[in-house]
Amino acid sequence: MPNYIFIESRDPFDSPDTSFLADTATSLKRRGNDVTVFLVQNAVLATRKQARKSQLPQLIESGIAVLADDFSLRERGIQSDECQANVKTATIDQLVDLLLQENTRAIWH
Amino acid sequence: MAEKKLTIAIMDAPYEKASTTTALRIVSAALKKGIDVNVFAYEGAVNLAMKDQAPHANPVKGTTVEQEEHPTTKEFVRSLLEIGKGSPQLTWINCGLCVDERGAVNVVDGVKRGSPADFFKMATESTNTLVIPTR
Repeated sequence: MPNYIFIESRDPFDSPDTSFLADTATSLKRRGNDVTVFLVQNAVLATRKQARKSQLPQLIESGIAVLADDFSLRERGIQSDECQANVKTATIDQLVDLLLQENTRAIWH
Repeated sequence: MAEKKLTIAIMDAPYEKASTTTALRIVSAALKKGIDVNVFAYEGAVNLAMKDQAPHANPVKGTTVEQEEHPTTKEFVRSLLEIGKGSPQLTWINCGLCVDERGAVNVVDGVKRGSPADFFKMATESTNTLVIPTR
């Protein structure tokens, strides 16, 4: 089965269509695929614990690995202790490693 | 496929979207790992490498050109091509039709002209391909 890496660049407050990404990622995970969601740019605004309109709980409960770009977090002044549990801070190097795994499909949103 | 290679398609014009910064960060990170990278610049992204871009002063802050150190996308592209001029290799192709439409002919050294057929070839020869679309 292929690996899927979704790169989410939009925040859920500005772009309600982020829910489509969450639904697609969740469906693929349910079918047994290895799925990762990498949050970058304004998508990291959803990582705050107080963010009510966030698709992240759905992803995390589904067992999907959720990574947040450290550069994007730093730009927006979001500290790691402000983030929801199970959201891991990651570097762009880690994203490159994920993209270069064999049999991996990358989807940018 | 022996050597790993990454292909990225970008479409956004310079100074518009954070996606351009992210794309250039991915290219930089891959090259620093020794990975060959192909970039296919489509639509407004062909302007990223335009040689005529000039840094400017900041009248709001009252800083000079030198103090401002305003980054231009042509300098990012030029420096990435410098890193990727051997091994690892960066191949940067601007879509020829997009170039003609925009008159974006005068680009930094190392940028090539091509077509979507080149993108197809790059994608089929790569470990993975990431398309970063406009919104």
